[in-house]
Amino acid sequence: MELTLWTYEGPPHVGAIRIAASMRDVHLVLHAPQGDTYADLLFTMIERDGKRPPVTYTTFQARDLGASTAEKFLSTLQSAYEHHKPSLILVADSCTAELLQDQPGTLAETAGLPIPVVPLEMAAYSRKENWGASETFFHLVRAVLAGQRSEVSDRPDRDGVTRRPSVNLLGPSKLGFRCRDDVLEITRLLQSVGIDVNVVAPLDAGIADIMRIPEADANVCLYPEVALETCAWLERNFRQPTIRTVPLGFGATQDFLAELAGVLQIDISAQAVADCRLPWYSRSVDSTYLTGKRVFVFGDGTHALACARVAQQEMGFEVVGLGTYSREMARDVRAAAKELGVEPLITDDHMAVEQAVSELRPELVLGTQMERHIAKRLGVGCAVISTPAHVQDYPARFSPQMGVEGANVLFDTWVHPLIMGLEEHLLHMFRDDFEFNDHAAPSHLGHGEGTLMAVEDNVVSMPRIRWEDGAEKELKKIPFFVRGKARRNTERYAEERGLTAINIETLYEAKAHYSR
Amino acid sequence: MTAEVIAVSEEASERFQPLQERGQRAVFCGLTSIIWLHRKIQDAFFLVVGSRTCAHLIQSAAGVMIFAEPRFGTAVLGDRDLAGMADCNEELDRVVAQVLARRPELKSIFLVGSCPSEVIKLDLDNAAGRLSRAYDGQVRFVAYSGSGIETTFTQGEDNCLASLAAGLPIATDTEERLLVVGTVPDIVEDQFRRLFQQLGIDAVDFFPGSQSTDLPAVGPNTRLLLAQPFLGETLRALESRGGRLISAPFPLGAEGSEAWFRAAADAFGVEPQTQDSVLSAPRQRAEAALSTYREELADKSFTMLPDSQLEIPLARFLSRECGMTPREVGTPYFDARVMEAEVPLLPEGVDWVEGQDLDPALDRVRAVRPDLTVCGLGIANPLEAEGLRTKWSIELLFTPIQGFEQAGDLAELFARPLRREQALEVGSWS
Repeated sequence: MELTLWTYEGPPHVGAIRIAASMRDVHLVLHAPQGDTYADLLFTMIERDGKRPPVTYTTFQARDLGASTAEKFLSTLQSAYEHHKPSLILVADSCTAELLQDQPGTLAETAGLPIPVVPLEMAAYSRKENWGASETFFHLVRAVLAGQRSEVSDRPDRDGVTRRPSVNLLGPSKLGFRCRDDVLEITRLLQSVGIDVNVVAPLDAGIADIMRIPEADANVCLYPEVALETCAWLERNFRQPTIRTVPLGFGATQDFLAELAGVLQIDISAQAVADCRLPWYSRSVDSTYLTGKRVFVFGDGTHALACARVAQQEMGFEVVGLGTYSREMARDVRAAAKELGVEPLITDDHMAVEQAVSELRPELVLGTQMERHIAKRLGVGCAVISTPAHVQDYPARFSPQMGVEGANVLFDTWVHPLIMGLEEHLLHMFRDDFEFNDHAAPSHLGHGEGTLMAVEDNVVSMPRIRWEDGAEKELKKIPFFVRGKARRNTERYAEERGLTAINIETLYEAKAHYSR
Repeated sequence: MTAEVIAVSEEASERFQPLQERGQRAVFCGLTSIIWLHRKIQDAFFLVVGSRTCAHLIQSAAGVMIFAEPRFGTAVLGDRDLAGMADCNEELDRVVAQVLARRPELKSIFLVGSCPSEVIKLDLDNAAGRLSRAYDGQVRFVAYSGSGIETTFTQGEDNCLASLAAGLPIATDTEERLLVVGTVPDIVEDQFRRLFQQLGIDAVDFFPGSQSTDLPAVGPNTRLLLAQPFLGETLRALESRGGRLISAPFPLGAEGSEAWFRAAADAFGVEPQTQDSVLSAPRQRAEAALSTYREELADKSFTMLPDSQLEIPLARFLSRECGMTPREVGTPYFDARVMEAEVPLLPEGVDWVEGQDLDPALDRVRAVRPDLTVCGLGIANPLEAEGLRTKWSIELLFTPIQGFEQAGDLAELFARPLRREQALEVGSWS
């Protein structure tokens, strides 16, 4: 048993629903008790879907337990087929049904439906939502393409006129982070460099689209959490290379195009990304105030990794913490953290994340909706970069994270919660100003949003070291957003030298020591 | 007295025979009640023993209500627990210790059973007894089931209160005391207290109260007044302790509130003149507040899909006090005893449904196209996208709607979607 207050991911069958809901003409019959239908509201409320997700739940109750739950599954399967007439049915257990061992997959085979039925094993007691999505997508693609064994030679030669190179975009799904807009942006980018998008899946794909997947020259693994397993299988069975660079951030978008150029053996002009404003915005003088801002990054593996790179290399921030709740991508995140010289945080316990944020004292948190709440409590600015996200993170406007426009969006979104350049200096100069002080929010943000006041209050001093009055007063003159760091460094400096009290001298000696 | 009540019930159930529907249900499970129960009972923690689905359900239903640190959580069962590699009781003890280490001020922990814990037959009653002894009365442990295989949505509160009812102190009062049963928002509780006091009924307890240690006593002199229409098990548990029900419609709307207070006043022998003088002013205020919305709602039709058990009293309120026309009203289950005073007030010509079969029910909504459909969160936007106006029903549990002073607010909840349709000049609902 594991105590969970809030969870980053839902159970695996929610991942299965995400795949079904992303596609056309696919229906999921879920063997699940009454109550599990809450999953509908994730789609209709958070993503504002105008349709119920295509899932029929058996909603068995206590009185059905025993022999009749299996019958209930079969009758639900039959009526779901008749009512919805899908082209393909997925069947799965939710956590409770898994315990009943009715084996809906085997039962479904006996139903004799005239359409493909794909059984899924959701491993509810060891796996989670993204795994469930990945597994479902993989089994669906494999079932549809079973029997097809296309060779590279089946794909007609390209002469640049009759057939342009083409790729599939795999992984975008419902309840992913800005998938709809990323697909538009990456499609536009690929078109601009002469590459066609053959199939996008699972988002908006039908079974006929899945059947056309082998026609492309390569697969772009846009969201590895959902599509990596499928891409690997396609690589093995259809010799379709996988493009692994996720084009999130300016540098990553360049790398993505370079990888495509290499794999497809075509020339791609650097002009493709020349329109991106991020590089100039980041170099413009106003942005010097971004230099070395302490940033904490946490999210799914894909977004955390890409955003850490953007934060460090493209915004000039200092990444002080990096973590993910995606255990599947723990290895990559550990490697990236090592490169950045920070401790990796691989956890799905939001209390551990809160602990890390309050200890690291960042000036900006890039995270999920959980970190938004953590940041709000600690009074630190926050931008959401990853699921789980709430309704406001499914904006009406075009707001991709990937590609050229995605990089522009990242710049704007991450700068917004911060205090602007000159404002920061004025806060320092006139810190006792009655309307312009530690407790005032950035002028462009409303009351209560992004206030930094709580940060200082959360400092846990080492009790064995005493601050003399003068030193304590001097500390207060240091801008509040770095005061905690100054306090901590000074205490560490004093401790290392066996001092029991800190005076003004100690404070400035420590400052000199750490600024080397 | 008892014979009389049964006679009323039989008459009511003869008149009221909802169509039984069995099929796919789109309702929350009883765990969802924790969202308001944990705010009401302020020294308690609700520990669900269940799966990741349970944890995900509560946080999804709670939506944006992410509090500093919630007083609820899930002990998520893993493969090791199911394979018997870990002793579930030891694991539970460890998780409880973890909760108490973080929140040492807690006075009660509810061990809440879920679908998986019931299927594997984890005995939480036993665990609650063992833990109560282990913590030597410092922390009270109470077990109940909020599982979807046994409960829908508001039945979670019913089971919670029923299990608390078994442990209430024995009342030794020689005078009758009033026990108001069911979670109502604090502001409503305060209004109710004032009115009971003005009626001369001073001996009033509310159950549940804000402190789990402050439990009302119950005995033969306890008169029970239900504030919520989903507390059948709690009622039976309190009756088995000697409590006696005051049969009344529920305090929704001006009429419902007046009938509710008058039923209590009659039971406590309050003179009719006193009742009139105390209740006439709030009744008039409620009528005045309702009148504006009545104009907007009159002759509008509505369908209610099964959700919270509030459907029957709300249908009564909307038809009698707002002039609306019910087309179909579904309720997860029908408890004749709890609804006995409501049934005689219900309009004729309504399709009453008990239980649910979602797809055919939605097809009927599409065919009837009522002016307003009251439904769960998962269904509201899809119906809106089909050009139908909806009122999501979970708000009816999270908003103060009971009593005279909230009668207007209650009508407003139903009027707002229709008002919005009038206000917007983008898109189309027609």
